[in-house]
Amino acid sequence: MIPAGEAGPVVRVQGVGLSYGKTRALRDVTLDVPAGCMVGLIGPDGVGKSSLLSLIAGARVLQSGRVAVLGGDIADARHRQAAFPRIAYMPQGLGKNLYPTLSVFENIDFFGRLFGHDRAERERRIQELLARTGMSAFSDRPAGKLSGGMKQKTSLCCSLIHDPDLLILDEPTTGVDPLSRRQFWQLIDDIRRDRPGMSVIVATAYMEEAARFDWLVAMNDGQVLATGAPDALLQQTGAASLDAAFIALLPETARKDHHEVVIPPRPATADQDIAIEARGVTVRFGDFTAVDNVSFRIPRGEIFGFLGSNGCGKTTTMKVLTGLLPASEGTARLFGAEVDPDDIAVRRRVGYMSQAFSLYTELTVRQNLQLHAELFGIAAGAIGPRIAELAGRFDLTEVMDTLPDALPLGIRQRLSLAVALIHSPEILILDEPTSGVDPVARDGFWQILSDLSRKDNVTIFVSTHFMNEAELCDRISLMHAGKVLVSDTPAAIVQSRGAGTLEQAFVACLEEAIGTPPEAPAAAPAPPAGPAAGRAPPAPAPARRFFDLRRMLAYTRREALELRRDPIRATLAIIGSVLLMFVIGYGVNMDVEDLSFAVLDRDDTTVSRDYVLQLSGSRYFTEQPPITDYDDMDRRMRNGEISLAIEIPPGFGRDATRGRAVEIAAWIDGAMPTRAETVRGYVQGMHAAWLTQKSRELYGDAATQGNFQLALRYRYNPDVQSLVAMVPAVIPLLLLMIPAMLAVLSVVREKELGSIINFYVTPVSRAEFLLGKQMPYIALAFLNFLMLAAFAVFVFRVPFTGSFATLVAAALLYSFITTGMGLVISTFIDSQIAALFATALITLIPAVQYSGLIDPVSSLQGLGAFIGRIYPTTYFVTITRGTFSKGLDFADLAGAFLPLLIAVPVLLGAGVLFLKKQAS
Amino acid sequence: MSMANVLKLGIKELRRLMRDPVLLVLIVYAFSLAIYTAAKAMPETLNQAAIAIVDEDQSPVSSRIITAFYPPYFVPPHLITAQEMDSRLDAGTDTFALNIPPDFQRDLLAGRVPTIQLNVDATRMSQAFSGGGYVQSIVTSEISEFLDRHRSQATVPVALNLRARFNQELNKGWFGAISNVISSVTMLSIILTGAALIREREHGTIEHLLVMPVTPTEIMVSKIWSMALVVLLASGFALVFVVKGALAVPVQGSILLFLAGAALHLFATTSLGIFLATVAGSMPQFGLLLMLVLLPLQVLSGGVTPRESMPEVIQTIMLAAPNTHFMMLSQSILFRGAGLGVVWPQFLALFLIGLVLFRFSLHRFRSFLR
Repeated sequence: MIPAGEAGPVVRVQGVGLSYGKTRALRDVTLDVPAGCMVGLIGPDGVGKSSLLSLIAGARVLQSGRVAVLGGDIADARHRQAAFPRIAYMPQGLGKNLYPTLSVFENIDFFGRLFGHDRAERERRIQELLARTGMSAFSDRPAGKLSGGMKQKTSLCCSLIHDPDLLILDEPTTGVDPLSRRQFWQLIDDIRRDRPGMSVIVATAYMEEAARFDWLVAMNDGQVLATGAPDALLQQTGAASLDAAFIALLPETARKDHHEVVIPPRPATADQDIAIEARGVTVRFGDFTAVDNVSFRIPRGEIFGFLGSNGCGKTTTMKVLTGLLPASEGTARLFGAEVDPDDIAVRRRVGYMSQAFSLYTELTVRQNLQLHAELFGIAAGAIGPRIAELAGRFDLTEVMDTLPDALPLGIRQRLSLAVALIHSPEILILDEPTSGVDPVARDGFWQILSDLSRKDNVTIFVSTHFMNEAELCDRISLMHAGKVLVSDTPAAIVQSRGAGTLEQAFVACLEEAIGTPPEAPAAAPAPPAGPAAGRAPPAPAPARRFFDLRRMLAYTRREALELRRDPIRATLAIIGSVLLMFVIGYGVNMDVEDLSFAVLDRDDTTVSRDYVLQLSGSRYFTEQPPITDYDDMDRRMRNGEISLAIEIPPGFGRDATRGRAVEIAAWIDGAMPTRAETVRGYVQGMHAAWLTQKSRELYGDAATQGNFQLALRYRYNPDVQSLVAMVPAVIPLLLLMIPAMLAVLSVVREKELGSIINFYVTPVSRAEFLLGKQMPYIALAFLNFLMLAAFAVFVFRVPFTGSFATLVAAALLYSFITTGMGLVISTFIDSQIAALFATALITLIPAVQYSGLIDPVSSLQGLGAFIGRIYPTTYFVTITRGTFSKGLDFADLAGAFLPLLIAVPVLLGAGVLFLKKQAS
Repeated sequence: MSMANVLKLGIKELRRLMRDPVLLVLIVYAFSLAIYTAAKAMPETLNQAAIAIVDEDQSPVSSRIITAFYPPYFVPPHLITAQEMDSRLDAGTDTFALNIPPDFQRDLLAGRVPTIQLNVDATRMSQAFSGGGYVQSIVTSEISEFLDRHRSQATVPVALNLRARFNQELNKGWFGAISNVISSVTMLSIILTGAALIREREHGTIEHLLVMPVTPTEIMVSKIWSMALVVLLASGFALVFVVKGALAVPVQGSILLFLAGAALHLFATTSLGIFLATVAGSMPQFGLLLMLVLLPLQVLSGGVTPRESMPEVIQTIMLAAPNTHFMMLSQSILFRGAGLGVVWPQFLALFLIGLVLFRFSLHRFRSFLR
């Protein structure tokens, strides 16, 4: 049923190819996707479905070919900008585009703001979406604390908030329980009924879902195998089900190993040893009970299935069994012994695969397998064959040297599984191992489980959302809201419910537990105005193309919320900087005291002792035991015991008194030049003073001829207090490092954790994104400044003599600059570790060394001098010192403001220029 | 603790590092160009100090003083009026302003002990102090040379022959190069271990390790050895090719001994990195903690200003910081050519600090994994 009346295809793909390094993801794909219908993309993992969808969504740079979406070229940035408000894209992965610390409501609200809805509109739409997806009760829960399926639903709500004309869903129901899946498609159907023009493109691994779609695209190996309505495909292949049809469409080589999985029944004489046992296990997180009094006994060799709605406590139960989480009450036993997280021996007998991919993305497939084999202590000689065997079994041979990040979800899941099996464990605990895995691979996988259970007597504890998998288990438990509802063989459960299929039985069980009549979730919470009336006109006001304040503020608000959710970050920033200011202001001092010196006095007369007394009597020097000879001097200078050695020659007293020329030798430890210079100054000064005093003694008043005084006036800081001199210089340093660090991480985090995709596929412009993210950090930096200034003046008693308004204006500019620098750095870096290091390097070193903190910029040389002259901190230091110590105001400091004013647009421009609006 | 596991896990850490090209570039930069630039930027001694002179005397002696200030120590002095002096100092144009009063020469010769005023901008810490001494001695020697031609012998002929050892010209770049190596070593080792641990937690891979037969000690030791090795190699490279090579700093002592000291220092700082990661909940928090720890370590360890200049309390507190001891032993070994016989107290101190930090971090790490 291809709706022929629509105005041409919604998406037109012509000759598109895509490679990731050496891997070819798409080969010359040409495809016209009809508008106004539900299109399914089916095919095994890694055939290019996700790549194709991301190209259509405009999230990724087009390498070759053409993709026209909604009547324009998606490679054209202007068309993308115009089309994004009409497109919604939900990426693969559990809640990958969500912000974990934000609540469900806030996440959806953020998208609403991005698309320019007003407050009332957003609230109405969010309430409706939450009600329809059955998420209303979880509206305040942080997205990071949701189960996988709930994340998917939230993610869908985020995509639907702006009434898109084209909805692109990449495996939206992967990891979602049957009841939620049903609600999910119901929701899509409802929306399509309200907006008949909407086109939906879905990649899916569930063939029973694909059967309901209008039109299908079967893909394999980066190419399109066939297109057409499901019935047409069935006819073409002569198969009874889509699963079979799909397998029939595959090339001969890909399907030759495939056969229907049939697990032989467990022999009655089977081992009755209990391998896994839970007795009244309860887990509480605060006042939330995740697992409530769960008990089961699983004999050795059994395949035990765990089913349940998303967030019902399956994963938590599994974590208790592996020792990752302690049970609040009750006991869990493996092999009859209570689970002990420190028992290494038990870990060797258990294989665990967690729900989220938790292998090393920086190691290749082979290296991951190798590492785990080695850690599980498999003999060196056996590792190679074992890896080869598993690679063959899980069809990983071709991707052995690929990094997991470059692989589709399904293949990554297979890798996780291979890793969990590598040491041939006696118990396998598998948390949704087949989510996102294609049907052929799933069958292969269950065949392996069957062999392990029946031939090797391995106990398998597995959770799943696939009913055909549940049917393969020896026994299953249905879980809901932390409780086990029913536990029996699949057949017995179907029978007891009087249902036709396990899925119906399952849904009936759940609905009974939730206490809602069937079909209620979709119909009941309809908004008063009725869905059609409320949704018909796309509400968003026409957004400005290049800069829209509302979109910017959406990012500002979201960033501010994240900051607020992490009060430690803000507190640390403010308290920490006050602490640092004190430590550095107090600790850095140029006035050196208590320098150690020793004398080699070969004269030893009253005159020579008088000379030494000049030094030892001053507060600058402390005398050490006399030097005995040159060797002693050499040794003591070498180990740093003395920083000054003085040798007074024999006959010194006599010669000096008689006016015969005589020379005193002094050696300074030059290892640290600053200190050596100070020592030199002191010694010279004291030598001169001694000479004057001596002259007066010897020659009386005649010596005063030619005498003069040099009055030294230390301006701005007459007492030469280090706090007074340092504090105004430390403020710029702290206002640079901390805000820059926070700003860098705010962007790089999004890149590393995946939510940057929202920036790629929404109409947000680069400037909106950067400025929006910058605002909260400017505010934090400014608050930080006010705290520092207040502490400097009121607590450390540093006199403030100039114009405070001038300083405030400069601080505001400077906050903008330092956070802006952070954002520019962030555009080059993808990993948080590199970001930390880059920021530390780029802020700490220039600010401490080249910005006039210790050595004035005018005296620097070479590249350092250049950096000092263009580095904004230099100019802010001039302003802080000028306003704090020199009593200056705006008129005097105009020269230092100019570079700061220039830096603002330069940094913003650089950020906009370097930030990428698409993945490459 | 299984050595094989420690080795395997450590190799995994190294492989991870190899996959982050930006980080590798930054490491190379930090240990080459950053050190070179910083060392070259430092003024060798007092350099290009800005001085202005108010000459109200206009006598032979005052012009003698004016001509005595020349580059590279000083910029050629600006001759200004008394009115200009304040505004120039305010704007930071000059660091020093010398005021020679009217009739200075006449008073000087008449034995009336006239006063020359030297104004110093005390906000410019280092130049204010070292330069003040220079100005003073230049003025004094010019005046006494002038007087030598006008008066009979009435001084004590004692000369002071002052020499600097280990760095005759007091080239600040030498010291700057070493202190930059040390700050890069500290910075990188803390980031590599700490941030890597947080990354593992954020990506869920730590949880995965815990279901495998490896102990927390093995995980931690593997992180320490691998990251310390990287930093050690980088610092060895920096010392041989940048400090000794490109910067031509005459290194006196044994580089191997220095690297042994660096290894002990790394033992302490990598443990510190892990400790900070267990305290921080997320990468941004870690970034802040990092700054809070790095800055005092760098500024107060004696690498920027002499330890002797710090208040007693801070000197004592900083004895607990590994950087302080590493700074001391580096100076002793590299500049003064000291051997183990001299620097063993610092080695011992580093080892003890490292041991305490390691034990403490391990304890924190164990509970962090729960």
